[in-house]
Amino acid sequence: MNAEAGTLLIKGGRVIDPVRRFDATADLLLVAGKIEEIGRPDPPPGCPVIDATGLVVAPGLVDMHVHLREPGFEFKETIASGTRTAAAGGVTSVAAMANTNPVIDDPSVVGYILEKARAAGHANVFPIGALTRGLRGETLTEMGLLQKAGCVAFSDDGRPVMDSGVMRKALDYSRAFNALLIQHAEDLGLAARGCMNEGVVASRLGLPGIPAESEDIIVDRDIRLVSLTGGRYHVAHISTRGAVQAVAAARARGLPVSCEATPHHLALTDIAVGDYDTDAKMSPPLRGEVDRQALREGLAQGVVTVIASDHAPHDLDSKRVPFCQAANGVVGLETLLPITLELVAEGVVNLNAALAAITCNPAQLLGIDRGTLLPGRPADVVLFDANEAWTVDAARLHGMARNTCFHGRPVRGRVKVTILAGRIVYRDGD
Amino acid sequence: MTAKRSTLKRKHLLGMAELSRTDITQILETAASIREINYRDIKKVPTLRGKTIINLFFENSTRTRTSFELAGKRMSADVVNISVASSSVAKGETLIDTMITLQAMNPDVVVVRHAEPGVHALLARHVDTAVVNAGDGGHEHPTQSLLDMLTIEDNLHRLNRKNFEGLVVAICGDVLHSRVARSNAIGLRTMGAQVRLVGPPTLMPRFAEEALGAPVFYDLDEGLAGAQVVMVLRLQLERMHAAFIPSVREYFKFWGLSRRRLACAAPGALVMHPGPVNRGVEISSELTDDPERTVILDQVANGLAIRMAVLYRLCSGRVVVEKEQMTTDATLKGEGP
Repeated sequence: MNAEAGTLLIKGGRVIDPVRRFDATADLLLVAGKIEEIGRPDPPPGCPVIDATGLVVAPGLVDMHVHLREPGFEFKETIASGTRTAAAGGVTSVAAMANTNPVIDDPSVVGYILEKARAAGHANVFPIGALTRGLRGETLTEMGLLQKAGCVAFSDDGRPVMDSGVMRKALDYSRAFNALLIQHAEDLGLAARGCMNEGVVASRLGLPGIPAESEDIIVDRDIRLVSLTGGRYHVAHISTRGAVQAVAAARARGLPVSCEATPHHLALTDIAVGDYDTDAKMSPPLRGEVDRQALREGLAQGVVTVIASDHAPHDLDSKRVPFCQAANGVVGLETLLPITLELVAEGVVNLNAALAAITCNPAQLLGIDRGTLLPGRPADVVLFDANEAWTVDAARLHGMARNTCFHGRPVRGRVKVTILAGRIVYRDGD
Repeated sequence: MTAKRSTLKRKHLLGMAELSRTDITQILETAASIREINYRDIKKVPTLRGKTIINLFFENSTRTRTSFELAGKRMSADVVNISVASSSVAKGETLIDTMITLQAMNPDVVVVRHAEPGVHALLARHVDTAVVNAGDGGHEHPTQSLLDMLTIEDNLHRLNRKNFEGLVVAICGDVLHSRVARSNAIGLRTMGAQVRLVGPPTLMPRFAEEALGAPVFYDLDEGLAGAQVVMVLRLQLERMHAAFIPSVREYFKFWGLSRRRLACAAPGALVMHPGPVNRGVEISSELTDDPERTVILDQVANGLAIRMAVLYRLCSGRVVVEKEQMTTDATLKGEGP
């Protein structure tokens, strides 16, 4: 007798549910696509069983900063390929940034993306609406209508909202919908033509640099505007010490301010640019060691509460050009978990806090019912071997793009099974 | 001869950062022995007969391109010049495609100039042909640095020095955008010289001291004090539009080199300029024309010798060219057609 679809017993794993600090060897029963019970559940007859002995069983990961490139840039990534690489990385929910073509500034685009994601079926896609129409930084988008259509936050990511007046109105208006605004914090006048961090490496390579202050200034400004308006504000891919300090101070004052850091900004510095390696080019750029340390301390102290990949796939031709002309961005969905686990191995954060940063914390900010194993929630689960060593190989990633800055890096922590609403969407070795 | 001449390890010339003191010394020695060819009645030797050199210039340059062209031709190589205006780059072809296409014609050396830093590192990763960097944006211009060093070496006796060790060299002007400054700071330090960087703060890389290992001076007189060699950099006038400096007259007043300012330097200090000169902007017209102090035309002449030496070295496939080999090399000595 076959059990109902989406029904599964995961036996003998180390079950971790960061939101309630649950961490124990237990069985996890999924029924009809929902979390049923943790402990010693009584499975229905014919229920399929996965032996998770030696594996961590955690909520499917939530990556709140992903570029899926569809519609408009299907030669870089599609919703199908992007969610496939997500599943291979143990990520069951992605928030998709608005800088597609057309931009996600109209409910019809939101509908298109949701339909494509449903058809692909590899991971949940939660669209992020543009903050301003066409990402032009001038006119607000229809936040209410976009939210009704399915948008979970608003951002012009890829570029900042430079006009302080527009940013003030956005923060003010967003309160009507309790919407989260995500800022790509970069003063464009200060960044000018820069294409990497302004540091010793840039001075040696003769590349125009982007000073850390270009991020600090916008975060400082925005926090003053949050103070003025009370809007919910989140700094995307925070990269500088100054910005982390500003967010820490704002949170201490009780302002609704949060931030995310990427695995690459937590793990690497601008030294990785090496001999003009365009796979180490992204926005914001890899910073100096002082900044990297500040991000890690921010994570340890609960200032940086989210780790997000800023998965930014590009075709080969966009990267095989002179450094300054190369596209910004690196792929990251399949390295999100192992690089996060590096931080645990290095003693920056404990496992529960690390997993919270890629499960319940982003889910709570976005207001989605994911990132936890609470009974009744959708059965999105990842099973991974926290100790298995492997080497990142760009050629073996599951998406369309190869632009990883971690190629050749030895890592630990391998996704074994990814489950979406009780259904296996990825299994290592298949 | 096919492209798979793998027994001879081809080496690119991408920048001074990759050259050791021995490498530099050997190139300077080769150039010093080769340059008499340029003063013969018949200025041609058959050394590189049957070799093909392509000058691929994405940026306008008269003197560097001419210098490489003559260097190849005087050693009997076939030299082809490609400039961006007449190339298929204008038709949307990528840089690497252009390079791969040229490589399919099996040239021995491709000399590349491009406005973007790091272009040569990119090309060297994707092609096998020997690549010579003739300038990549604000990064490096190694043959300029080598010709500057040959010119300094020729004048060491004037400066009462036997070698570069301890020689004080002031590099003055727009260091930020200057590949000449970067290559010279790196190369001269490799040779043991003491390099200083002088210029306005807005035209100085923020981490110049750490990145280039040279102290920075914003005051010209202080930077010049005791300098035995003064390298004046060209100020690109378009920098003014980007608000790096407010005006040419202010620039000349504070950072332009004149006879009066030069008095701060060591007696008999050598004045160099990579050209072309903006008279009255970075250097006074009067000083430019003073043959007692400036060696600008010697730099040009030595540029030809250095490029001959570099092309010879790369075309012959030898990583190291011994002086003995040079002087006994029949093809080099022979009077060419």
